[in-house]
Formats: sequence, structure tokens, C-alpha cells
Amino acid sequence: MERFRANLLMCAGTSCVSCGTMNIRDALKEEIKNRGLEKEIKIVLTGCNGYCAQGPVMVVQPEGIFYQSLTVEEIPKLVEEHFLKGRPYQKLMFKEPEKKIAIPTMNEIPFFKHQVLRVLRNRGLIDPEALEEYIARDGYQAAAKALSQMTSGEIVKVVKDSGLRGRGGAGFPTGLKWELALRTKSDMRYVVCNGDEGDPGAFMDRSVMEADPHSVIEGMIICAKAIESRKGYIYVRSEYPLAVKRLQIAIDHCYEAGLLGKNILGTGVNFDLKIYQGAGAFVCGEETALMRSIEGKRGIPRARPPFPVHQGLWDQPTVLNNVETFANIPPIILNGADWFSSLGTDMSKGTKVFALTGRVKNTGLIEVPLGISLKKIIYDIGGGIESGRSFKAVQTGGPSGGCIPEKFLDLEVDYESLAQVGSIMGSGGMVVLDETDCMVNTAKFFLEFTQAESCGKCIPCRIGTKRLLEILNRVTSGNGKEGDVELLEELGQDIKATSLCGLGLTAPNPVLSTIRYFRNEYEAHIKDKKCPAAVCKELLIYSVLEEFCNGCGACKRACPADAITGKRKKIHKIDSELCVKCGTCFDVCKFNAIKKQ
Amino acid sequence: MEAALEKILKTYREKEGNVISILQDLEETFGYIPENAVNWFSKKLDIPESRFYGITTFYAQFHLKPPGKNVIIVCRGTACHVKGSDRLISGLRRTFNLPEGEDTTADRKFTIERVACVGTCGMAPVALINKKVHGKMTSNKLIKEIKILEVKKTDTNNEG
Repeated sequence: MERFRANLLMCAGTSCVSCGTMNIRDALKEEIKNRGLEKEIKIVLTGCNGYCAQGPVMVVQPEGIFYQSLTVEEIPKLVEEHFLKGRPYQKLMFKEPEKKIAIPTMNEIPFFKHQVLRVLRNRGLIDPEALEEYIARDGYQAAAKALSQMTSGEIVKVVKDSGLRGRGGAGFPTGLKWELALRTKSDMRYVVCNGDEGDPGAFMDRSVMEADPHSVIEGMIICAKAIESRKGYIYVRSEYPLAVKRLQIAIDHCYEAGLLGKNILGTGVNFDLKIYQGAGAFVCGEETALMRSIEGKRGIPRARPPFPVHQGLWDQPTVLNNVETFANIPPIILNGADWFSSLGTDMSKGTKVFALTGRVKNTGLIEVPLGISLKKIIYDIGGGIESGRSFKAVQTGGPSGGCIPEKFLDLEVDYESLAQVGSIMGSGGMVVLDETDCMVNTAKFFLEFTQAESCGKCIPCRIGTKRLLEILNRVTSGNGKEGDVELLEELGQDIKATSLCGLGLTAPNPVLSTIRYFRNEYEAHIKDKKCPAAVCKELLIYSVLEEFCNGCGACKRACPADAITGKRKKIHKIDSELCVKCGTCFDVCKFNAIKKQ
Repeated sequence: MEAALEKILKTYREKEGNVISILQDLEETFGYIPENAVNWFSKKLDIPESRFYGITTFYAQFHLKPPGKNVIIVCRGTACHVKGSDRLISGLRRTFNLPEGEDTTADRKFTIERVACVGTCGMAPVALINKKVHGKMTSNKLIKEIKILEVKKTDTNNEG
């Protein structure tokens, strides 16, 4: 095997690639060749590194030096300094915001320092399209152990003892699910992986499937042995073409290597695995709807019981787990239940991957021990709120979740604590909102989503969400009536109490949680016809701040409605009759001379 | 068209497909679900057309109308929403002068779509221009990209 002095691990996740990773890779290759270093330095494209905010990023191993915001222009200098002169190139390193001191190694950077990588154990370290790289990091050792040395019952027991709960959102104990499926008498049982990550604002499953597809497959093979299944499906949404491609390559490699198919590793276990591509329906993330979709039907949920562990895909017992849940399995089998449960809270063990986005400085993918405080996530890892504005709320759990206000920042994150404050863990989306975000608008945003995605089968969800949305539209457009808030609350509770599936049962959460903590914002919209955060279009008035306007004319040229008048170098004016409130002038003004209120 | 349909039918039989996989192949081949293709499959497989249409209208991936030459998809995920993706859409609609309820320009050059989330929330707001992801978008940047496409006039569907 060829040996290299340095490995350049370039992040080839979707975010970095769209910031230009491929051009930088080409420039690096060129420069390395020009300097005659091609036998010493190897470039590896890895899955998502997680620090999306600083893309494109690269880690130099073995030293672990982290370079960020790479540009093609800087590459010659970087190669010269680091690889010829042996001086890591400070200019492209992460710098502490206040002190401007460069932090060279990845593990010292605050964004990474507080994380514990279990599910993302291989992130940014391996080429996701190379089976041998996964194996080199203990890959398939757990599968070999489970298949050759453990009985079904023993596997189930370890998973049960570990305390692992479903990472798809609801948090059902995984081991118990497997046990129930194993106990159901049948000739055929299925293992299904839910990769239909539909929550807007969540991308951890995508990253796992793209960066480390074998970890999911290995988890599924172990599950297959545990529940005595011969066939499995990975259901991936069609919006994730790269995940589909990487999983397919991984599956093909596994068949070639005898890790899938007949008589796996000579243990007599047979397991076939197939990818099933979704077709774009949020409700298909619900287990019964997902299984209908695999059967080639409209993805409409059905009432439970019977639960999928008794009667699932094609009416056979089925274990359906989320991507992250399966990726957790191999290290549990290798290191044992106690190792897994050493992290976490009483009720929620292990780690959780979150997609941290919104108004924080460091957006990206993080994995933290359960029980960590929201404050630590948002301020220590996320670096606090961007542009020095103040924190307002954090939205967790996507459209099924809620908004958590500042007073709960010390909350220790687990399934129960989030539920107590009116939100949910969900799949792990975490969107931070600041003072410029309107809570009524945020609630309306989620309702628009759930309303459009309601499958229409049950009335509370189909009609109830429509009515909720109508009231919210009324409130945000300045036509809210006295009593609307109470009506929202009452209707929301009814929908929660009577809907058929998880979609309807949780759809009112964004509305109810924002009313609970930000009732005053609702009242300002209804009584004063004002949007305190200056977001709701119909309630805004745009005007020119005379003291800042220097008459550059940028707003006038950009205004699509010709509502702005003024001579060059003279103060401009907005005609509120003509103004369509598009906000373009606000965006183009470089002098902060446009006021919206 | 017949040859393309035969090919899809062959994969369906070989890979034990179902109605959804047929529709996915149709969408991939034609960019939408042509009515006569559905009728053709309905006869060949003895599955009523209504089942095809039921599934087509249920899933967001399927379209009943052919798309414009360039497809611009604006992400409407939470992070993108917070960072103003609705303004991207309204800016585009204004630029193209699209009437209410219409997503494709009259000259069939551009189609605007929205997607629930493409999962690149770290660089919100995001737009996909002919499948290529563009992050940290503003209305002006997006319109600039579109002007480039307008000048190109050549087939840009293979990009990305």
C-alpha cells in the first residue's frame, strides 16, 4: 500500500461542494503536481465535515490542522507554506472572534471541542465510497461479532440494555421494538430504514448517509440477525440524490465482499438490502405511510394498532428505524450497553446529532451527549447569535416541534425535557431565532408546510390545519380579531387530540408553543396591527431615514414598483400607496437609510 | 416515445417495480408525466389510469405539465425561511412577470418550483438552478444568475 506524508481530507458534503470544493481540489492537485509532491500528499474527498458555515473546509492529517473558507487563489501559498516550508498557513485557519488568534487544530476549535462523535465517528475521515476505509476504522467488526458469536436474543438484550431510543423523533426504545418483532410469529420479517428526512431544517440523516453509508448498512445487518429477517429496505427521499448514490455504491460493495446476500461472512445468515426512493411527501416519514409507499401506493397512514412490529410491510412484522438509530448500533455491539449508557440523562442515553441552523454564527452538524444544555449548544458550539443581535427562541423538532424561549436556555436536552416545555426532540433540527424573527410568522410558516403536506385522510388534520392557517393568515395580515388567539388554542388542542397520525398530532405544536411563550406578539398583531419584529409584510411601512440617505439612488433603481422618487444626491422618498412592500430597497441600501416598522 | 416506454416497462418487469417506480422513470425521461404514457401503461399492465393519477398528484416529485427549459428551485426549509427565501420567490416571480397560479414563463424558458428542504441549511437561503446548489442567495444574485442563463440560450440542463 502506498504511504503518504500527509492526507488532505477535503469535505465533499453538499454545502462545501456548492461553495466550490471541486475547483479547489483541482487547484490543489495542480499545485501539488507542480511542486513535485504527488507521491507525498494525497487528496481524499470525504463526507460532510459538519462545519458548514466555514465551507469549503479541509483537514490535514496526521496533524489534524483545519483550514476553512478555502479559495482557489490561496492554494499556491497554502501548499508552499505548509507542505514545502512546514509552516501551517495561519491565514486560512479558524480564528477566535475576539482575540483574532488562529487555532490550528480541529479538536481545539470550539465548534468541535464540545462534541462527542459516535454516530458521526467517521465523519470527514473516510472516503464514503471506499469499503476498505470503513473497515479500517473497525467497520463491520460489530456485524461479524453479532453474526458469528451472538444469538438473536443476546443482540436484542444488548440494544435494550443500552437504553437507545429511536432517533427519528418519538424516542421509542429500540431494543423493545426489536424484541416485539422477534416475538411475532412469521416466516418473513422486514428491516426498514427510514431515510425520508422530511423536516425542513434537518439534515443529519442526509449527512450520515452521504458521509458514512456503511454505518447504516451495518446497523441494519445486525438488526436483521436480531429479528431473523432476510430482507430490508432503505427508504430515501428523492431530494437526496447523493445519498442514494453513495448508499447504492456501499450496497454493491457489500454484495461483492459477502457482507450482504446469501451466507454473510460464512455465518449462514442471509440478508438482502434494497434502496427505495421516495417521491416527495412529508407524511411518508410516518411509519405506516412509508410502508405503503414502498408497496407502491399513495403514502397514507393508517390507524395503529396493529403496529408495524406485528403487521408492517406487506402485513409482515417489520422493524422500522431511523438512519441515526441504525448508525448507533455497531458501536453498541462492539463496546457494550454500559459504554453507550455512560452518556446521557436518566431517560435518554447516548448522543444526538443536531442540525444547528438559523441565526447562529456556526451553523452546521453537531453531535452532543444528551443532557447538554441549550445554552452550551447555542453559545459554545454555535458561537452565539450572529451580528450581535439578541436571542429570541430556538425551534426544535421541525414542523412537529415548538419554540423554546430564553428562560429555558439552561434546559438539559432530552426527550422528556423538550416535551415538558411544549416542543419535541424530533429528528434533530434546531433553528435559532433572534429579535428580527416574528413568532407568529414562524408559526404560520410551519402551518403552511403541514397543511400542504397533510395527506387528507383524517378530518382534524385536513380541515383543522386549514382553519388554523386561515386564522394565522388573518392575524399576520392585520385582520386579526379579538378572540383569535383563544380560537387557535382551542382548535390546536382539538387537532392534537383527534388526529390519526403523527403529522396531525403534532402539527399545532408550533402555534401552541408560540402562543404559550410569545402571546404578546400575537396580541400586537391583533390589537395594534403591528409586527414587533418587522417581518409580516402587510403590517410594515417602509420609509427613508433622512439623516442616513445620501441620494445614491440604489433603492430607486431597484424598486420594482417605481414607488421611490428623488433627485441624485438628494433625499429620496417612498410613496406608501405604490409600495408593494417587497423589501428590495431595504436589501440594497448600503447606508441603513431604509426603515421598516 | 414508444421505445422509451418499452424500456421503462422492461425495467419494471425485471426489477419488480411498482406504479411509483414507473412514474419515477417517466418523470426522469420526460420531465413530467405525459397523459398518453399513462394510458399506454394502464393498458399494458391492466392498472386503471386513476391509480396512476392518484399517485402522481399525491407526491411532489411528479408533474403533470412539462417544465420550462431552466428549472429554478427555491428551498422553503426553516433555515431558508428565516433567512428570507420567500423574498427570493417573490423577486423571481416579479422578474418573470408570472401571473398567479403559473410557475412557468410563457416562453417556456423558466420554471420556478419550491422544495420543502434540500438539507443544506448551513448556507441558507438556498436555490437550485438546474439542479446545482447555490447558497447564501439574495434576490439580486439570483436574478444575475438568471440573466446569465438568458444570454446562454443553449441547453443548460446538463449542468451540475
